[in-house]
Amino acid sequence: MSSSNQPRFSEERLAEISALVKRYPSAKSALMPVLYMAQQDFGYLSMETQEMIGEVLGLRIMEVREVVTFYTMFKEQPHGKYLLEVCTNASCMLNGGDELYAHMKKELGIGPGEITEDGLFSIAEVECAGACAGAPVVQVNNMYYEKATASSMDELITKVRAGEAI
Amino acid sequence: MISSDSSKVTRICFDNIEVENMHKLDVAKKHGAYAFLPTVLKDFDTDRIIDEVKTSGLRGRGGAGFPTGLKWSFVPRNTGKPTYLLCNADEGEPGTFKDRDIMRFDPHLLIEGMIMAGFALGVKDAYIYIRGEFLHEYNVMCAAIDEAYAANLLGENILGTDFSMNLLMHRGAGAYVCGEETALIESLEGKSGRPRFKPPFPAVEGFYACPTVVNNVETLSTIPAILEHGGAWHAAIGKPNNTGCKIFSVSGHVNKPGNYEVPMGTTLRDLVENYCGGLQHGDVPKVIIPGGSSTPWILGEHYDVPLTYDDIMKAGSFLGSGAIIILDETADLVAVTRRLAHFYAHESCGQCTPCREGTGWVERVLNRLDAGNATEDDVKVLFDASTHMAGRTICALAEGAAAPTLSLLKFFPEDVQAKLVEKSS
Repeated sequence: MSSSNQPRFSEERLAEISALVKRYPSAKSALMPVLYMAQQDFGYLSMETQEMIGEVLGLRIMEVREVVTFYTMFKEQPHGKYLLEVCTNASCMLNGGDELYAHMKKELGIGPGEITEDGLFSIAEVECAGACAGAPVVQVNNMYYEKATASSMDELITKVRAGEAI
Repeated sequence: MISSDSSKVTRICFDNIEVENMHKLDVAKKHGAYAFLPTVLKDFDTDRIIDEVKTSGLRGRGGAGFPTGLKWSFVPRNTGKPTYLLCNADEGEPGTFKDRDIMRFDPHLLIEGMIMAGFALGVKDAYIYIRGEFLHEYNVMCAAIDEAYAANLLGENILGTDFSMNLLMHRGAGAYVCGEETALIESLEGKSGRPRFKPPFPAVEGFYACPTVVNNVETLSTIPAILEHGGAWHAAIGKPNNTGCKIFSVSGHVNKPGNYEVPMGTTLRDLVENYCGGLQHGDVPKVIIPGGSSTPWILGEHYDVPLTYDDIMKAGSFLGSGAIIILDETADLVAVTRRLAHFYAHESCGQCTPCREGTGWVERVLNRLDAGNATEDDVKVLFDASTHMAGRTICALAEGAAAPTLSLLKFFPEDVQAKLVEKSS
């Protein structure tokens, strides 16, 4: 299965991983943190990446697949540079989460699982973000934007499109 | 500083929550962090600590309300296996957002609580399992742990004593069910988070089949005050069998949603009117979800309920994690129930048929109902599916999943009827 474009962790990452493995009773416990590292390094978890992680940790591919497919935060498909995750659970719903999600989908012209043509955005509806005092909540690459509004999100989208820092 | 006079105590975990830069060790130390730790490590032992925690009456703040001291006393000693301490920071119950504030604003309080708990239980390796979405809180906690290691508060021979303990942050990845303690253990073992059959309980056979204590963030953060001021001091705060203070996460239709820590026994009306800026509309709530979305609803007639485990139970629900969602007269209750049903169907781990299938049925029927396409027969299906989920599964997720639907059908049949499709002849 090996080929030249096979994903590989850097030497620094491998050193980090072998140090991390020692912090647990078994290497298997390091699987979730290593999946996060891979997402950071490679953007998403392709099948090749998952096979490589299995080799690094000494796990069968099914053990890796079981975890990747169980948890929503592990992504098997690429997404835009900015992943906008809108909470629509109860407290956000009571404070306009559904309307905000609909507005943002319209503004970006995409639905869940899609990427804008410029490669900048993906959008998803997510379950309770655990920040209900700030309802409605939008996570942008896991940073929380609380009491989000259509105009505050439009502003954020405009900034990203203009190449400005957010 | 927390008063040593119980009658003057209004907050415990949030005592320093507004202090600027409290997440930094030097600031935290100026406000008393780790001040009593040397005394605990020098003068206390396992029995004394467990006795103090038992005397304190502290009940687990994660939702179940199990007495913490009793939980600790179940851990067998001298088994030849390591004992693990796991902090449950997988705060995912809709409506709950209290542990987040402890971790991002006062991480050293949690670390100190874990050192004390770890010392009592003879722990060498402790872990904090934090929900994956809390990336900022994860980073704050990691930085605080690094500072604690550098100050010899963690690691080998803590503060020059024989006690050594490691502490590591571990991120979850978006599975609500991992807040259930055996699912959390499975997840920390690098597996999918499917709850285990009990017994054996984690205290005997938990993380990698070793004795394991799993405690909530708020529970562990209460330990330093209990050991410093004594179990009796804590027991005198709040109400008998419902001692101490509790953080309530209040959201929904209130003017100032947020986390408010108050002595147990404070009434809900007091909390909403005097802390949360009152209701957005009306004089009393239409529905109160008192302990997170999986607790049964109570109605406005209970607005004066004292916030204790026992009083909320008398009113027909549970205090749970202290996550209060207020719905006023403007709420579309069928739509809210549909949204919660979607959540539980999405989060069911799938190993127990009544939950996997039941949550799916409930969601589909509620989708139909909310869209105006459901019939009387559908309502029967809704009731049957909800009642047959609870009590027939490994964990309590199914019971929580059924609660909103059963509450809707019990208290608001007219709201359901109003959305039914007109019966054809």
